[in-house]
Amino acid sequence: MEILEIIGGILILIGSAFLFLGALGILRMPDVYNRLQAGTKATTLGAMSLIIGVGFLEPSWMMKSIIIVVFIAFSNPISSHALARAMYKRKRYPIIKSEDKDMDAYIEVFQQEEEEVKS
Amino acid sequence: MENLTLSDKLSRFILNWFFLMIVWIAFTSSFSGQELIVGVITTMVISLLSISMFTCCTLAILSPIRIVYMLWYFVVFFVALIQSNFDVARRVLSPSLPINPGIVKFKTKLTTNYSKMVLANSITLTPGTLTVDVIDDTFYIHWIDVKTTDPEKAFTEIAESFEKILLKIF
Repeated sequence: MEILEIIGGILILIGSAFLFLGALGILRMPDVYNRLQAGTKATTLGAMSLIIGVGFLEPSWMMKSIIIVVFIAFSNPISSHALARAMYKRKRYPIIKSEDKDMDAYIEVFQQEEEEVKS
Repeated sequence: MENLTLSDKLSRFILNWFFLMIVWIAFTSSFSGQELIVGVITTMVISLLSISMFTCCTLAILSPIRIVYMLWYFVVFFVALIQSNFDVARRVLSPSLPINPGIVKFKTKLTTNYSKMVLANSITLTPGTLTVDVIDDTFYIHWIDVKTTDPEKAFTEIAESFEKILLKIF
């Protein structure tokens, strides 16, 4: 029992550290897309580690927490993709620091779609 | 999905039933007779109703070689997930905020919708990349630190390690 509790505690600590980093990323990054980058990755591993940690503290919940982790691994990236796409459709273009204009490849598709809607 | 043969449909139905039953057993975490009977009936009804919507593959997906590749994919993916978290930590904690964002595109060789979904999800969770849109076989990726705008180089940089395995699974 003792060793399971130690493993669970360590996993919860790691998870909350990554969740904190994700929150800090959302605060510091300059635009939506970069915030989503920081948010999605850190919260996915953070939440996974935290929930598995809870499973270790309470072994009868282990199977349920594994199922929850699988669902998080599928749904989290889908939701961030939906948010990023919705922001582009609302014409919030990503910040591009360098002078290279080719670095926004998606804008061609977006302009085509705009013209199709107008015509 | 209307042009499926009967044996194809049956195979998809059994696969769905099997996976739903695993989820059921994991949620109830008991093997008592009553729970199992209710589970068998419920999952059978659900997989009958959803046969035209939520089936990805036939029973052929459960062949041993594909399962080995799935486990290998899981390992590759998990390593990339941990790498990406340390990548995010490094960028967030460094005072100068080292980012060079942009959107790049590349083409994939995958054909089925489900494999493209798995690839898009994996790309979102790997270091510094976020899938913005998938149109036919073209992926549009927001990259936090753009190294190249050339589609083929971007492909080798971002997706090659995943696609090699996915082509063998699907």
